[in-house]
Amino acid sequence: MRNTFANAFYEIAKRDPRLFLVVADISPVASAAAFQKEYPERFVNVGVAEQVMVGVAAGLALRGCIPFAYTIATFTIYRPFEQVRVDCAYQNLPVRLVGIGGGVTYSTLGGTHHTQEDIAIMSAVPNMSIIAPCDPAETVAATHACIQVPGPVYLRLGKAGEPDLTSQAPEPFQFGKIRFIKKGRDACIISYGPIAKMGVDLAQKFEEATGRSTAVVSAHTLKPLDRAGIGSILTSYPLVIILEEHSCVGGLGAQVKQIAWDVRASCKLKTFSLQDKFIHFYGSQRELWTAHGLDEGLILSELKNS
Amino acid sequence: MLNAPEMKNLKDTFDVAAAKKRCQKFRKRILDISQTVTALHIAPAFSCLEVVDTIYFGLMRRNLGKDSDDTFILSKGHGSLAQYVVLEELGVLKKEELDKYCKPGGYLATHPDYGLPGIEASTGSLGHGLGLAVGMALADKVQKKDRVVYVVMSDGELQEGSIWEAMMLAPTLGITGLVGVVDLNDFQSLGQTSKVHPNFYPVLDKVQAFGWETVEVDGHDARAIYRAVISRSGRKPLMLIARTTKGKGVTFMENVPIWHYRSPSPTEYDQAIKELESSSV
Repeated sequence: MRNTFANAFYEIAKRDPRLFLVVADISPVASAAAFQKEYPERFVNVGVAEQVMVGVAAGLALRGCIPFAYTIATFTIYRPFEQVRVDCAYQNLPVRLVGIGGGVTYSTLGGTHHTQEDIAIMSAVPNMSIIAPCDPAETVAATHACIQVPGPVYLRLGKAGEPDLTSQAPEPFQFGKIRFIKKGRDACIISYGPIAKMGVDLAQKFEEATGRSTAVVSAHTLKPLDRAGIGSILTSYPLVIILEEHSCVGGLGAQVKQIAWDVRASCKLKTFSLQDKFIHFYGSQRELWTAHGLDEGLILSELKNS
Repeated sequence: MLNAPEMKNLKDTFDVAAAKKRCQKFRKRILDISQTVTALHIAPAFSCLEVVDTIYFGLMRRNLGKDSDDTFILSKGHGSLAQYVVLEELGVLKKEELDKYCKPGGYLATHPDYGLPGIEASTGSLGHGLGLAVGMALADKVQKKDRVVYVVMSDGELQEGSIWEAMMLAPTLGITGLVGVVDLNDFQSLGQTSKVHPNFYPVLDKVQAFGWETVEVDGHDARAIYRAVISRSGRKPLMLIARTTKGKGVTFMENVPIWHYRSPSPTEYDQAIKELESSSV
């Protein structure tokens, strides 16, 4: 995703001189290097100084530019949170806040480098949009979609090695709309970000085990959340499953439960999220998910019993 | 940004006598407003009034068009009345809008909001203005625009770490179209700034050490402010350290912390107006 983002950014920025890449001592590789070389004046490394990374990005936006502020997700939004809220959101400026390694991507770097509550926090900020693509192709689409959004956008990315999930998707990416990446009739898994891969695998195994046809949806735009699209799923599928690499507090699961009440949903609704706990466990990203109960085997057996 | 040779040719054309009259009028206008709202920041507005007036009436180019005009950011947003009265004088803000200051139906509040007439950035939370200004000046530099961003900060505000991130960055980026002013009134909410952080003084050499051109002036001396800015080298961003008196112009408000927030009673108001009318600030 990191490379794909960099390549997509480079392609857009070559043609659109409004784009700037403002980084805080962390840079995407791939085409970002070419961008830095070819357009040094539009590549700004502020150093380890995230407050001014976001402040400068907002200042550029005040002059009509479209800056992408880029670093590890925790440092993109937590460290300079007030610059995010006041400079970007309160002034409703087109700053693109790119968080690499969202969720627990940086599994062995520990809790200081995890964003388990970023969707909740950013969802609560007025004017903010949030996109969390599930695979490289969606990252490209999200990067392009960013350009058109008039206000600030938080782009939550994974890091590297995410497999393709959407090349066969029956629906295209559209900002603000959920997207079926696999059709199904009897159950629907809604996910976002790299953990959607587990959703796709689960759908297949659940179908094999139970014969129940299972859809998979990428809810890539977490804000504005496609309430109508999710409401429609809740009222048309007997079993809806939410799978997310985010705390159970204020993420997609919690928001879908609110929608379920509003639409008087009668489906079974299962949410699988990270726990409301910091993780003091080290291993691969998948092993960290497992430590918080996001385990394919566990989820599958729970679903089979539902 | 003007380059150095051009600057030397600039004539000192700023009418200081007119500035003095304006500032006296502004102080009275602020006191008038003070009688219609319960709490406001009179003293922080009075301390930066000559600075704001000089920037708007002497230094800024304001009639070149939206994408070419110089920019003013009041990073110490709580001094907003100083900016509002100037904008009113310039006809950017209407009198009836300022009359509705902090009232339902009005849109002007204690802190400037981006998008209102003449307001180029939302401030109020301290430590934000300089970063925004660096971003704007960077855009100007990249787009090869001859513009200057003026940003006025308070001395208490310099305690915010974000200011020093921006302070470090501006010279690194080779930004020259940026003029900062520190309203050095030596007061913050809970006391004297130089006592809260004694090792931080003098301020000038700290800023200079970060690669800025610096000059310290009497912040109530319009001529000194004007000359210091127009005679800058133009090779670095400039930080003007403006020594000021908090509550300047009304003796009982000067250097008395409570006037950071308080509105004068009718008796105090009369006394303040009387003093302003009998003295030249």
